[in-house]
Amino acid sequence: MFMASPYIPNDPEEVRSQMLKSLGLSSVEELFVDIPEEVKLKRSLALPGPLSEVEVRKEVERILKKNRTVKELLCFLGAGVYRHYVPAAVDFVASRSEFLTSYTPYQAEVNQGMLQALFEYQSMICELTAMDVANSSMYDWASALGEAARMAARVTSRYEFVVPHYISPERYMVLRSYAEPAGIRIVEAPQDRETGRIDLERLKAIVSSKTAAVYIENPSYLGFVVDNADEVAEVVHDVGGLYVVGVDPTSLGVLKPPGDYGADIVIGEGQPLGNYMNFGGPLLGIFACRDDPRLVRQMPGRLIGVTTTVKDSDRGFCMVLQTREQHIRRERATSNICTNEALCALRAAVYMVLLGKNGFKELGELIATLTNYAIKLTSEVKGVKAPLFKAFHFKEFTVNLDGAGLKVSDVNKELLKLEIQGGKDLSNEYPELGQTALYCVTEEHTEADLRRLQRSLKLIVEGSG
Amino acid sequence: MKGYTQARWPEPLIFELGRSGRSGVTLPKAEEAVKAIGDWRSLAPKNMLRAEPPDLPEVTEVEVVRHYVRLSQMSYGVDLGFYPLGSCTMKYNPKVCEALANLDQVHWIHPYQEEETVQGALELMYKLSSWLAEITGTDAVSLQPAAGAHGEFVGTLIMRAYHKLRGETRIEIIVPDSAHGTNPASAAMAGFKVVVVPTRGDGCIDMEALKSVLSNRTAGLMLTNPNTLGVFEKDIVEIAKMVHEQGGLLYYDGANLNAILGKARPGDMGFDIVHINLHKTFSTPHGGGGPGAGPIGVKKHLEEFLPVPLVRYDGKKYYLDYDLPHSIGKVRAFYGNFEVLVRAFAYILSMGAEGLRKASEVAVLNANYLARKVSRIEGLTVPYGGLVKHEFVASASKLKSATGVETKHVAKRLLDYGVHAPTVYFPLIVGEALMIEPTETEALEEIDRFAEALSSIVNEAREKREAVLNAPHSTSVGLLDEVKASHPKTLSLSWRMMRKRLKTLRG
Repeated sequence: MFMASPYIPNDPEEVRSQMLKSLGLSSVEELFVDIPEEVKLKRSLALPGPLSEVEVRKEVERILKKNRTVKELLCFLGAGVYRHYVPAAVDFVASRSEFLTSYTPYQAEVNQGMLQALFEYQSMICELTAMDVANSSMYDWASALGEAARMAARVTSRYEFVVPHYISPERYMVLRSYAEPAGIRIVEAPQDRETGRIDLERLKAIVSSKTAAVYIENPSYLGFVVDNADEVAEVVHDVGGLYVVGVDPTSLGVLKPPGDYGADIVIGEGQPLGNYMNFGGPLLGIFACRDDPRLVRQMPGRLIGVTTTVKDSDRGFCMVLQTREQHIRRERATSNICTNEALCALRAAVYMVLLGKNGFKELGELIATLTNYAIKLTSEVKGVKAPLFKAFHFKEFTVNLDGAGLKVSDVNKELLKLEIQGGKDLSNEYPELGQTALYCVTEEHTEADLRRLQRSLKLIVEGSG
Repeated sequence: MKGYTQARWPEPLIFELGRSGRSGVTLPKAEEAVKAIGDWRSLAPKNMLRAEPPDLPEVTEVEVVRHYVRLSQMSYGVDLGFYPLGSCTMKYNPKVCEALANLDQVHWIHPYQEEETVQGALELMYKLSSWLAEITGTDAVSLQPAAGAHGEFVGTLIMRAYHKLRGETRIEIIVPDSAHGTNPASAAMAGFKVVVVPTRGDGCIDMEALKSVLSNRTAGLMLTNPNTLGVFEKDIVEIAKMVHEQGGLLYYDGANLNAILGKARPGDMGFDIVHINLHKTFSTPHGGGGPGAGPIGVKKHLEEFLPVPLVRYDGKKYYLDYDLPHSIGKVRAFYGNFEVLVRAFAYILSMGAEGLRKASEVAVLNANYLARKVSRIEGLTVPYGGLVKHEFVASASKLKSATGVETKHVAKRLLDYGVHAPTVYFPLIVGEALMIEPTETEALEEIDRFAEALSSIVNEAREKREAVLNAPHSTSVGLLDEVKASHPKTLSLSWRMMRKRLKTLRG
């Protein structure tokens, strides 16, 4: 006996028969006579359930309890997803179900709140990155990179996209999926092995009238700040290409925004702005550009703009430039994106507002200081070199174990025994860096946490506490 | 319903609020020992430092919360009422799923943690994949795509990789003229030429036209079944045969899967690739546009092309498998919108096979019931209104010629009745289209009220035309000028752009 579903109000027999009767039907089966017999499913789906609400809770909790959270483990992972504090007000606002359970605001007049919030998100991303235009979200940084490459090709009618040598393999793989069908060739820009700087001379030799764009990340995937990012702008602009910069928005209270050093398109990961790690999804792709019609017309994704009411000229908000999008332009659309990450953008908006003008500076300074402190403590461990690059690091840094003759994977196993999740193992992605891990620290880490890491590394690497 | 009035707060932009020196959150200070490391600035490259702080608002938590609560009151979600957006499946989102998605064991796990510390997440993904495979009649499922269109992109990339591996150059993807816009857009993104086939008088794909465009250039056909008219493609077995005989692949757009759960499976119909919109069929909230999730299922012969990694189970532990030599690679970082997956997992558990079947039965019953009612409203027709599945498309063409009131006016006026408007002007093959999908989560009384609202608007069109033409009246703002919003002179996509153009906007 199946209990009446709490989510299907017309499930009770009495309601069903009333409705069927009005259609001149006697059974629900008659509503499915248009499905050919040969494809009708003649059995029940093999699925668990139905479970009562209390059983659902218990079962899902039972499974998820097998996860060990970063609240239990001291975690030093970053590399694309970051542990940051999420202010309570962010959760509160995002759980307002007028936002949570609304669809894409096709009917602007009844969804002014969501539209205004997304407009504010776009606006704050622009202030952080020093750009003029931001869309209301992409899936994540990686897919934003893929879309940026395609946009650059459309804008310039050129098909070479230059990427830095040190780039997250996740982003690189996604870029490849997006670029290849569009006929875009990915070219690698060498980075100095000592400093991480983009090798300008070699870059000049690589770029040409075929270059759609040069892309760099700042801070880079490995945490170092690329201090000649401004000079890269000149090199790419000299050949008529676009400059695409990837950022961590939490760095922009202290680091120069890409708009101030020549970027035409800025992308990045918005997850650190009030969104949880969620095992890597949902994330929030940042996508911004300069106020240049040539660029704006080629933007992917939803754009929210300001307008007025027809009658009284009251201010209002709606989706704009929809003729770029798939539901209007179909195969000639700038992207196929439809459902995006609007709620994550809302969370980011609330986060950015809460931090405000001074909060980003404070946060950036705290992370910069903690990064330096963590670098100092880890490099004090004998046989450990941190970081590998002679550069300023923000939030992430490399930890090399070659001097200790140990493998990252083995050290991480030992760390886990001490309830610590070590940094990301880079030895497969960048064999030239030897046994190196990528460590990440944020405002969630305390002095005691970093000391504990040092103690544990000493124990494992030096064999003594 | 009548008497609905949305909140109207004269709410400024957040940039127009606050005072210098205010802040919305307190951050920890660096501890003494940490601070002793010295000023980070001395190590930083001077040319890469920010000169001026970002021009963000300075507001307290009090102001922030009031601002966004007010904005929320000027938004409309399915928790407020009927939301019959066709093809969007705006179901009610069960709260238990929401509660479970907000557990620490969901929020606070990192995708690169050692596999042994995230066995729960992997188990959940593994099981969800296998359930989705069972529901769709496919053999392997990737949970990676972040949305339906993202799944379509993966599907078209798989077609590309499949034909390439077989040494074939196939450059065309066929879509019917009733297809969702994402279908042709996804095909084009994967580098294909889009070939459009027309729809027959009965709402199904024109078989003769299909035959004439199928060739050895055909990479595949993308089809929604039931299609966007709500009509089941009854020739599906023949269609599959024709496409396969030409060496093409058949792609199932899962936007309308809610019509056939437990009744029929795309895989059994001959589809090779299927995407599933968890934010539609499996009741996860739409969040004002996202996040959703668009898992992709394939038949055995295409498994090797799926994105990496796949979650596997070796009998003892769950693990991530990157060893797929012909994989299309990745379309996003990491493994999928995990938080959304948790909701869908809980939803399927709560429904079971029987519940899902009932959901489809009642969704279809509701749609047919409402279609019948709407077709009886003078001025509205349901052009493909025989037996429909989960949705139907009404036309206001007659109303327009009789009264001058168009679909867009009807849609705006519906907002005054406290319901959301249907999808309008889609599919493109129906004039003055209103695409209506009630879903199974609406009560008979609610559906009746919607029909009454439509009926009353049609009467107004004859008797109180102005009320309809000038709608909406009860929303937080009146009718907006969407043309002005996109005009190059007034286009304002951010606060800084707005200030630049404010003068123009006022003029």
